[in-house]
Amino acid sequence: MTAPITISLEVNGERVDTSVLPRLNLADFLREYLKLTGTHVGCEHGVCGACTVRVDGEIVRACLMLAVQADNASVETIEGLSDSGEIADLQAAFRDRNALQCGFCTPGMLMAAQDLLKQTSAPDREQIREHLSGNYCRCTGYQAIVDAVESTARARAGRTA
Amino acid sequence: MTSGPEKRDPLSVLDRPNSYIGKIVPRPNLDRLMQGRGLYVSDIELPRMAHVVFLRSPYAHAKIIRIDASAAKCMPGVVAVVTGQELAAVITPWVGVLSHLKGLKSAPQSAIAIDRVCWQGEAVAAVVASSRSAAEDAAEHILVEYGELEAVTDMSTALDPATPVIHASLGDNLAFERNHDAGAVDQAFAGSDEVVEAEFIFGRHTGVTLEPRSVVADWNAAEARLTIYQGTQAPHMVQNIAALHLGLREAQVRVVCKDVGGSFGIKVHIYADEMATYALSKLLRRPVKFVADRVESFNTDIHARDHRCKGKIGVQRDGTITAFEIDDLTGIGPYSMYPRTSAIEANQVVNLVGGPYVTQNYRARARVVFQNKNVMCQYRAVGHPIACSVTEGLVDLAAMKIGMDPVEIRRRNLIADDAYPCASPSGLRFEQLSHHAALTKLISMMDYDALRAEQAALRTRNIHRGIGIASFIEVTNPSAAFYGVGGAKISSQDGVAVRLDAQGSVICQTSITEQGQGSESLTAQIVGSTLGISMDRVRVILGDTDNTPYGGGTWASRGAGIGGEAALQAAKVLRRNILDVAAAILQSTAGELDIVNNNVVNASDGATRIELNELARIVYFRPDTLPPGIQPELMATRHFVPREYPFAFTNGVQASWLEVDTDTGFVKLLKHWVVEDCGTIINPQLVDEQIRGGVVQGLGAALFEKCVYDERGQLTNANMADYLVPMSGEMPDIDVGHVVSPTLETELGAKGAGEAGTAGAAAAVTNAVNDALRPFGAVITEIPLTPQVILTALGRI
Repeated sequence: MTAPITISLEVNGERVDTSVLPRLNLADFLREYLKLTGTHVGCEHGVCGACTVRVDGEIVRACLMLAVQADNASVETIEGLSDSGEIADLQAAFRDRNALQCGFCTPGMLMAAQDLLKQTSAPDREQIREHLSGNYCRCTGYQAIVDAVESTARARAGRTA
Repeated sequence: MTSGPEKRDPLSVLDRPNSYIGKIVPRPNLDRLMQGRGLYVSDIELPRMAHVVFLRSPYAHAKIIRIDASAAKCMPGVVAVVTGQELAAVITPWVGVLSHLKGLKSAPQSAIAIDRVCWQGEAVAAVVASSRSAAEDAAEHILVEYGELEAVTDMSTALDPATPVIHASLGDNLAFERNHDAGAVDQAFAGSDEVVEAEFIFGRHTGVTLEPRSVVADWNAAEARLTIYQGTQAPHMVQNIAALHLGLREAQVRVVCKDVGGSFGIKVHIYADEMATYALSKLLRRPVKFVADRVESFNTDIHARDHRCKGKIGVQRDGTITAFEIDDLTGIGPYSMYPRTSAIEANQVVNLVGGPYVTQNYRARARVVFQNKNVMCQYRAVGHPIACSVTEGLVDLAAMKIGMDPVEIRRRNLIADDAYPCASPSGLRFEQLSHHAALTKLISMMDYDALRAEQAALRTRNIHRGIGIASFIEVTNPSAAFYGVGGAKISSQDGVAVRLDAQGSVICQTSITEQGQGSESLTAQIVGSTLGISMDRVRVILGDTDNTPYGGGTWASRGAGIGGEAALQAAKVLRRNILDVAAAILQSTAGELDIVNNNVVNASDGATRIELNELARIVYFRPDTLPPGIQPELMATRHFVPREYPFAFTNGVQASWLEVDTDTGFVKLLKHWVVEDCGTIINPQLVDEQIRGGVVQGLGAALFEKCVYDERGQLTNANMADYLVPMSGEMPDIDVGHVVSPTLETELGAKGAGEAGTAGAAAAVTNAVNDALRPFGAVITEIPLTPQVILTALGRI
């Protein structure tokens, strides 16, 4: 099981065909093979959430998933969500609220926040805190992030109402 | 104290129309970070770059008898396996002492251990390979024979004669001792109505920057230059130290610091493995990258706050505090960290205890001892949480003893807001603090009386909530008194260069750095305001020793107060230069002109005279049309460091409102308030978020964070699953208020705000827990306040 394995997947809408070692995790694959450095590696043991990406629509810890497990899957990273404009409003809310300082957790935080907003149209602050409680932020103290997610939820609800 | 600064200059940027000072302005660099398009050191790749992995000692203290790397050297992808002895050929050892900390001693430390390891995690060999995984694979094939030595782990017995001495040449395990005695302490205690004593215990904890320490070192043999890409808070310090120990001139070393994934003081130091990475690049003549993994981060990033401090307070029945006395003991690991030393924290504790209060009777002893644990050194709010927890814990105990409300005892003892300038019993000079204004504001923000009523009502229903108050002073804007006077080549001054480009935009190079605090934003705000140029036309360059003026960087809450003032002064000069050339072009005088919204205008009626774009065009492309003798200088540089006061002291007060579950020992934080005085506020949002982030780091120390070692010096919770930090689910909302007492030492008037949150949070929480537990007669003076600690105090386990 140490020989490279061929995989085919879609990353941010682009097809990727390549060979990887079975032990390569998805975060390292995205960063080192595809040079998508927005997916950050903070702990490599699934705790900090900085490597959160979307695989077939569900958020996962890219450090806990092997690249070979993403064969035939659709992977979306922060670069993809930014370019498609899917989270432009959320990013604007983060900017307005200074909901990031060093920014290292931010891609994962945005992925997790967008996941909540897709599931729940009007989350209260406690639900937001609960949903983001798998994502470390060592800089902000979280309040600004909660504020930004809350205001985005409100704005989206107003728009779709 | 709530008024604005004295108006000293009618043209001060603080007063100008369209000033960005005091306004919430979005930071200019956020889109990059939010789109995942930042450039952290861990993202950097260079041609021919190799990766280094360090083989680290599993023992806390051991002789290195033999290293056999023969098998590892044959592994696929391996470039080299390098031992400490081999690396010593290109890099010299260092000793982490400063001359102004009298008696501070330490032993020579090498980039990689040579004969002996002194803590679990010290590197014994470096494996350089084509990929990190290849290097890790090879590291597993290095055979190291160790002779385990007895480990000194318990700081309370480190000085006992029976305890082995870690560095024989030093004679004992005492790294530093400072004694301080002011006033008439014995007399004061003897004359007190009550004297209360307690021992305060602080868990050793660490920064947990989300991006681990990372370095890419690139020795270009053809240029004889080393470029170091590093997430550091002090690029010029790194340049100086790297050059010194690699036998290079400073001009041969360039330090580049792009985005930094968290710092908090962790990245203001230079670590042995970083030094080794610089040296490996020079040795192997190619770029070498080191990125710590999380286990390495826990084992090698500096730890902090491992203190046991005995405290004593005297008080009269009327609430007058008569004296403070402390005896602080702290363990710093096997070496004093280089170049900032590991004695600063204990020194700060001595400096800061009792600081907010009037009493001049103060005795302190601090002893700093060596241990076979990871090194301890400066981390956010150095010494402040210890000093604040001890002081405010004692004040609450004194209040309880005499049956006085915790707010009332503070009102009676805090230094009056009109008593300044004055000095603390430890000799610190205060220019202007605002303890009473801050306390009054805090009490009003939190509606103290209503909370007390709620607390009483809930107690009857067996719900135990507590209120904790903590006043503090905070060291910011450090001058050369911090390090320079002790011989460290760490700049206390900062420099800023501003220039008008050929299209009328401004390029600003500053020696302060950005790790998320908003240095880039505040610099652009100050420069834009001073020049009358919109912020979207100001570009800030920082974090590059080749391209910024020489300076200290961003640490100890100095970015806004020192770097900001340099930016202000540089922009003033450029503004004058622009107006001089404008006057020549417009056949006017500089005094009759002003710059507003990117245009030179008439000072009198505001009428636009010339766009800066057009002025720049003439200066750069048609200087032939300028009058003879005019040589426009559209660039200006200024440097600044405070000289009159060695530090700008700030102050603040925090309050915590929480609930203790007396069955489980869990603490639920309900609300937290902070009032802080950082002088002139450049960007209210950035200041508030600095404070909130700082509070949460303090709350982590109060409730969760502790590096747990066993008796053999093994760190038993070196991962994020076992070392707990605050997450969004447990954190309360934090209300932040301000009192504004600008420092008169600068035109800007800004003092630092980075330490304030961390300084007082743990003290407020501990006091609140004790307040909640009052009906049970339990008093806790130990953090973190884990369920085990609380249930033990309650006699439940």
